[in-house]
Amino acid sequence: MYDVIIIGAGVIGGMIARELSKYKVSTALLEKENDVARGATGANSGIVHAGFDAKEGSLKAKMNVLGCSLMEDIAKTLGVHYRKNGSIVVAFDEEQDETVKALYERGVKNGVPELRILTGDEAREIEPKLSKNITSALLAPTAGIICPYSLAIASIGCAMDNGASLFTNCEVCGIEKTKDGYKVTAKDGRAFESRFVVNCAGLYSDKIADLAGKGGFKVHPRSGEYMLCDKDAGELVNLTVFKVPTKMGKGILVSPTADGNLILGPTSTDIEDKEDRRTTEEGLDQIVRGVNESVDDVPLRAVITSFTGLRSVGSTGDFIINESEGFVNCGGVESPGLTSSPAIAIYVRNLLIGAGMEPDLKEDWNPGRKVFKAEPKKYGRIICRCETISEGEIISAIHTNPPAKDIDGVKKRTRSGMGRCQGGFCQPFVAEIIARELSLDLLQVTKSGKGSELLTGRTKEV
Amino acid sequence: MKKTDLVIIGGGPAGLAAAIAAYENGIRDILILERDVALGGILNQCIHAGFGLHRFGEELTGPEYASRFVKKVLELGIPVKTGAMVTDLTSDRKVTYVSEEDGKVELQAGAVILAMGARERSRGALNIPGSRPAGVYTAGTAQRYVNIKGCMPGKNVVILGSGDIGLIMARRMTLEGANVKAVCELLPYSGGLARNIAQCLNDFNIPLLLSHTVTEIHGKDRLTGVTISEVDERRKPIHGTEQYIECDTLLLSCGLLPENELTKKAGIKLDRVTGGAVVNSMRETSVPGIFSCGNVLHIHDLVDYVSDEGEVCGIYASMFLKGKCETANDTIALKPAGIVRYTVPQVISSKDEDVRVFFRVGENKRNAKIEVLSGDTVLLSKRKQRVAPGEMENITITKSMLEKAGAELTVNIGREDQ
Amino acid sequence: MVTMTCIVCPLGCTLSAEKDENGNVTVTGNSCPRGAKYAETELTFPVRTLTSTVKTDKGTMLPIKTSAPIPKDKVREAANALSGVVAKCPVSIGDVIVRDILGTGSDIIATRDMA
Repeated sequence: MYDVIIIGAGVIGGMIARELSKYKVSTALLEKENDVARGATGANSGIVHAGFDAKEGSLKAKMNVLGCSLMEDIAKTLGVHYRKNGSIVVAFDEEQDETVKALYERGVKNGVPELRILTGDEAREIEPKLSKNITSALLAPTAGIICPYSLAIASIGCAMDNGASLFTNCEVCGIEKTKDGYKVTAKDGRAFESRFVVNCAGLYSDKIADLAGKGGFKVHPRSGEYMLCDKDAGELVNLTVFKVPTKMGKGILVSPTADGNLILGPTSTDIEDKEDRRTTEEGLDQIVRGVNESVDDVPLRAVITSFTGLRSVGSTGDFIINESEGFVNCGGVESPGLTSSPAIAIYVRNLLIGAGMEPDLKEDWNPGRKVFKAEPKKYGRIICRCETISEGEIISAIHTNPPAKDIDGVKKRTRSGMGRCQGGFCQPFVAEIIARELSLDLLQVTKSGKGSELLTGRTKEV
Repeated sequence: MKKTDLVIIGGGPAGLAAAIAAYENGIRDILILERDVALGGILNQCIHAGFGLHRFGEELTGPEYASRFVKKVLELGIPVKTGAMVTDLTSDRKVTYVSEEDGKVELQAGAVILAMGARERSRGALNIPGSRPAGVYTAGTAQRYVNIKGCMPGKNVVILGSGDIGLIMARRMTLEGANVKAVCELLPYSGGLARNIAQCLNDFNIPLLLSHTVTEIHGKDRLTGVTISEVDERRKPIHGTEQYIECDTLLLSCGLLPENELTKKAGIKLDRVTGGAVVNSMRETSVPGIFSCGNVLHIHDLVDYVSDEGEVCGIYASMFLKGKCETANDTIALKPAGIVRYTVPQVISSKDEDVRVFFRVGENKRNAKIEVLSGDTVLLSKRKQRVAPGEMENITITKSMLEKAGAELTVNIGREDQ
Repeated sequence: MVTMTCIVCPLGCTLSAEKDENGNVTVTGNSCPRGAKYAETELTFPVRTLTSTVKTDKGTMLPIKTSAPIPKDKVREAANALSGVVAKCPVSIGDVIVRDILGTGSDIIATRDMA
């Protein structure tokens, strides 16, 4: 019997788990995929938004501004790459100039510090690659960039080091109210009991809420395609460059990433299928056109990969965070979800305490992570040439909470396979290391869990 | 800091030939740094025949060709470190490498030879739309799994790219029991050797679909199929020509890119077309004492020429170490023109002896007239029955031509027939 | 009249070959005598060199080739016949791994030194 079950191990679930691990409560994180951070957390812009975009008085606005102010310290404590590079929203005509002014006003009302309106020339002075067609801009120095899945992985690791349990390949299919709380059953037959349940199941948060009879909202997927450029292009711009937002979202941006790449995108298309993560020809074309409008000399020849993330768009237009009988919903957490995650964690913790969770803090809570140290000489064997990642780091990723179990897991924790050659050189070596460390046959090593095995057989078996 | 006369980065065919040549020119304090577990470079996984016809008069397999050089290096006692990855190179020739054995080591090199080879163009760089399942490999990675690890990447295969690597893998996978359904090629002609079309595709009835490309990848966890489309003269997919091919493996053979990260770190000037360093006839880069050869300089078709190039580096690096290398002040720039895409070397000197200049064209041409011009004066004119992008060519600019040259020479093959 | 690509060397000349009633083959398009020989053989008794790998007793893969070209229509069978072969290490280039594969008169020989 656990005190709290958290459904969904993305950045929201992770930050909540970490927050709860400060308390004398037992927590279980249930994740349906083979690894954490495989939903929206694993594929988004990685922006820590300043907070002028969300509607005044909304939960999004409050959580965004608070989260933004907390992010730098949390990132530092957890060893996650973060940079307060600032963001800029650019306008191309009079109508958009008005929008910029409106965003400024909203930002001020939301409590966003240091906002400034710039003329086109002033904007180009601080960011030379901005298009000459820009007429005005909103500068937000408190915005930043962070590696979103690193934040999730690190916060979950911290929670686990402090006693939380993680269950992967655990897809929840039933939630029953019991005398003492809830019984949560998974597709593979495993069952868990707890006093409280926190639903941060992203795209499926509406389904999970309905299972518990705590629904009443819908989440639909909105696809966002991205292109990522080589680190050589990482210094094209310093600021995160946004266009003026529309009702479909914040628009196509050009931004450095916390790891030194350049990210382009996302598009914004409502879709039906919550599992449809395809990139499309039209989407990639849209990105090219979009970025060329705002920034000069975008090096499209330096694109090394493209991917799609799916936003959880909630039917109310705001985050859906509520509590009833010890069941907490965190639904519809689309942008600014990542930025808001530290604030949401505190908010949810307070909801749980209000619902009766023990508020006693642990004396020996470790705010950082316990990183597994491999044999020293293993750090001398470089496996990923493009990103200079050693065998020691890969071994560490396989044995540090939450442990990597597949190629994508090693990739997300170490960056091995994220460089120019996209794993062309290192994948066979990484696969061998995973097989050895987890006592698997090479044929059992997967890209992202069962069904995605890399190899289909051995040679000489005809 | 430890000093080493000659540091060679890469123990593949280029680096090995360079090391032997340097030794034979009197240099003893040499160190070959190779990141893989064994010397030989990419040849170790190229188990097919076709190497060494020019150099040895016989057709060897990749490992056999490599072995000729590896054996010589070991016989001569040239120092080698395997499992050693060079992570930094400065313009004053400080080399940093990392290995399990030695940890992190900094060396002050008297001269450096860059022989790091190339990597393959990835799916990401090709921007192929669709999902991201397991089962999408570059041909070289698949080749490593098959030939070194003894594992099959898949059973039902589509190959994109008809360069030699793709063709070779079509045959290799077939002989290990896979069903290779098609080889798609974006261009209206194949980039691989005609003999490979014959012995890798025709022999096994594998269809070659020219002017086709993969326009979508399907499958959630593992590849389930690809959509291919015909392309027009601008190489854009023609809507309406889509075909679905069920498969669990997609091999990409869409070009090699020289691995010049270290070259950039040393501030060495790169040629935008080759992706490799700008070099003179000694294969010396814009930084004195740093030389470059092999696939890291420009992508080769024949390993025999890679070895030749390695030897040039070895010879001139030795001369540099002996203080006998004068960086020429009166340089002559070689400019590619017409369908000639690039030349290596890019820069020569009026004081050079006969210079063999290598180049590639950007399109197929029959009865091509190759000209070397100084302004409007034709210094050399030669006809070749056929030139193609997939076949590196060379011409010799003689000493007497160099004496007549100005500051610039053009290597031209006109688009129009003359 | 049969057209074919010569596979003897990287030039890959396009050959035209014709066999008359007496079995004499006339070849055009070749740049060297080996090409003519190839066309002749291709028309009468096509052969190929097989390159592949075999397992070693150390669990590594040893690259091999046929010591002489074998009949084209036996290539797949020969490749399959390598499945059960295990080479004993150490192996040197040229070592015979399988003698007289499928009765073709050609051996399977190692193409890499392996400790």
